[in-house]
Amino acid sequence: MTINITSQELERRISGGLTEQTFWLNMGPQHPATHGVLRVLLHLDGERVVEAEPVIGYIHRGHERMGETRPYAQFYPNTSRMDYIGAMTYNHGYCAAVEKMASIEVPARAEYIRVISSELNRIGSHLLWLGAYLMDLGAFTPFLYIWDDREAINDILNKVTGSRLTYSYNRFGGVHMDVDDEFMAGCRAFIKRMRKRLKTYDRLITGNIIFQKRAKDVGLISPEQARQFGLSGPCLRASGVEYDIRKKEPYSVYSEFDFDIPVGRQGDTYDRYLVRIAEMEQSLRIIEQALGKMPDGAYINDKVPRDLAPDPGEIYFTFESPRGEVGIFIVSDGTRIPYRMHWKTPSYTNLSILAETVRGVLVADVVAIMGSFDLVIPEIDR
Amino acid sequence: MSPPPTDPNFFVNFWNQASYYIGPELWVSLVGLLAIIGFVTINALALIYGELKIAGHIQRRPAMMEVGWHGFLQPVMDAVKLLVKELTTPTGANRFLFIIAPGVVFLPVLVAFIVIPFSETLVVRDINLGLLLIFSFSALNVVGILIAGWASHNKYSLIGAMRSVSQNVAYEIPILLSAMAVVMMTNSLNLNEIIRAQDKVWFIIYQPLAAIIFLIASTAETNRTPFDIPEADGELVAGFHTEFSGMRFALFFLAEYSNMFIVAALFAVLFLGGWRGPVLPGLIWFLLKVYLVVFVVIVARWTFPRTRFDQLMTFSWKILIPFALFNLVFTGLIIKLVG
Repeated sequence: MTINITSQELERRISGGLTEQTFWLNMGPQHPATHGVLRVLLHLDGERVVEAEPVIGYIHRGHERMGETRPYAQFYPNTSRMDYIGAMTYNHGYCAAVEKMASIEVPARAEYIRVISSELNRIGSHLLWLGAYLMDLGAFTPFLYIWDDREAINDILNKVTGSRLTYSYNRFGGVHMDVDDEFMAGCRAFIKRMRKRLKTYDRLITGNIIFQKRAKDVGLISPEQARQFGLSGPCLRASGVEYDIRKKEPYSVYSEFDFDIPVGRQGDTYDRYLVRIAEMEQSLRIIEQALGKMPDGAYINDKVPRDLAPDPGEIYFTFESPRGEVGIFIVSDGTRIPYRMHWKTPSYTNLSILAETVRGVLVADVVAIMGSFDLVIPEIDR
Repeated sequence: MSPPPTDPNFFVNFWNQASYYIGPELWVSLVGLLAIIGFVTINALALIYGELKIAGHIQRRPAMMEVGWHGFLQPVMDAVKLLVKELTTPTGANRFLFIIAPGVVFLPVLVAFIVIPFSETLVVRDINLGLLLIFSFSALNVVGILIAGWASHNKYSLIGAMRSVSQNVAYEIPILLSAMAVVMMTNSLNLNEIIRAQDKVWFIIYQPLAAIIFLIASTAETNRTPFDIPEADGELVAGFHTEFSGMRFALFFLAEYSNMFIVAALFAVLFLGGWRGPVLPGLIWFLLKVYLVVFVVIVARWTFPRTRFDQLMTFSWKILIPFALFNLVFTGLIIKLVG
């Protein structure tokens, strides 16, 4: 900010009285709080935000176009790369969409395994969010405790999927590998451990006065606003709208489980935190029930052809990722390659309300609000 | 041309005067200053080691284990790494200010060490205005930070520097007010005198409120979490020292850890009886107390999230300062009644 001005210019400025000006601050594309290559242009008046403008596209890889140039099965690994934190739910959703399109039967056991792995992944995603969010707020320690729990999930999933991040575990008509008793025992042990840990987090974080002061009444989103901007997932539910695809339009075998949709009261960042914490408990409930009801039988429908060529037609399929509602639109022209593929991702729609919410808040709150949306940048850009 | 001095005592006087400056006093100062520079470095290395290890154990990991026994030499390796790093100056920066800024931050810290009584006799300069000297020189710190933020030609740095200045101004006042309560009880600004006045009871018993205010405000004064607003890494990348590299950055680092030592030492002197203690020599007691306070500050850093800037200011102006003022008035009242 060193300004080189001539003495005449200086005199002119001083004689005219000191003037105040606003300035633009470039937050990102490389900034610790954006967790990826998101760029937010902040128009600041001192430390207050006059206007904010998210600039996206820094990690655009053309996934939709890739989907239109290769067979259904070949595109499948891409789904893990869109939302690498909720990779399993994306795998699950894409498979379910294609199966619905090609009318493929899925064995019950496979559906149960999918639900368990998706919910484990959801807990992992929420945990990662929690750690990263608290780190945004300046608390470093919880991150490493939370990482410990996420590590347990990764170990469980690693045993059956062979991966720790981009699983690609599902197949059209089932899953890649059957689960064994070790997996079931691991899940049960994890549920027990996680319930204890959730209590610890509650004691450590929820009541912390500094955290409450940072999160409460910050980034308020009314239910009307949330609907208008098309929010989904925990961001929408925190505003008090009870909407969850797993409940409202159940896919897979979600309709067979008993779980609640946690909602917030006023839609501030604190509510978004509470909703995610409560969702982890609900996911544990789902896993617990699924483990209990796990049917025997085949884990994959082996009659599915390697090269799928669904009949001409189109399909729109939605599923609930950890960040909200994901929509997949696929048009088939009867060949083995989709004619058109389009993805509606929750981070993208959730980001759209950022500019509205951060107007007039402090720079520190921009970080708190942006973090509470749980944005995954590769999912925004696709 | 003036005549040569005819005063027969001229040379004697000159020698006397010169020996006053070149004599023991100078040597004491010189050796003392060198010892301080050595101590500052070793203290910073020890504190970095302590900070990383404590952080590690709070976070259930062993922290560094590779270099030396339990990673004991890791801070030295870090220092070597910083020494050999390139010193970059951003384009558009004000070169002169940019280069002197780390020095302006670091040098006042050295001065403050001069008056700290490590034991009853181990103090470089036992002067009457010791407390005042420490406060005035640690206030200079702010100037250096402002220079650093301004000269970096970076908006994040500038915001960090602005925050730092307003924070330091706000938290200097409760520190002074709470220290003043102790000064009123001892009638002295000499640190050794203050310690001697605590021969029966430590002042933390008489002045618990002042002690708490002092501890909180001095944490804020040294820019540590939960008050590390000027370098809030989630918001401002690294605040005022974003653009500094190599030893320039290391000087900021040294200053931060030395400042931590200074405020902890002041806390020990004002409220914990300084070098007083049974059996062990004074130096050991003093260092024990200081590092106990430092330990508390470090644990706080790895436990709490960061406060927001406006909340931080509100906390100082609306809570700490009124309480400190009340404490001061109350102390005066008691002294008047009892004394």
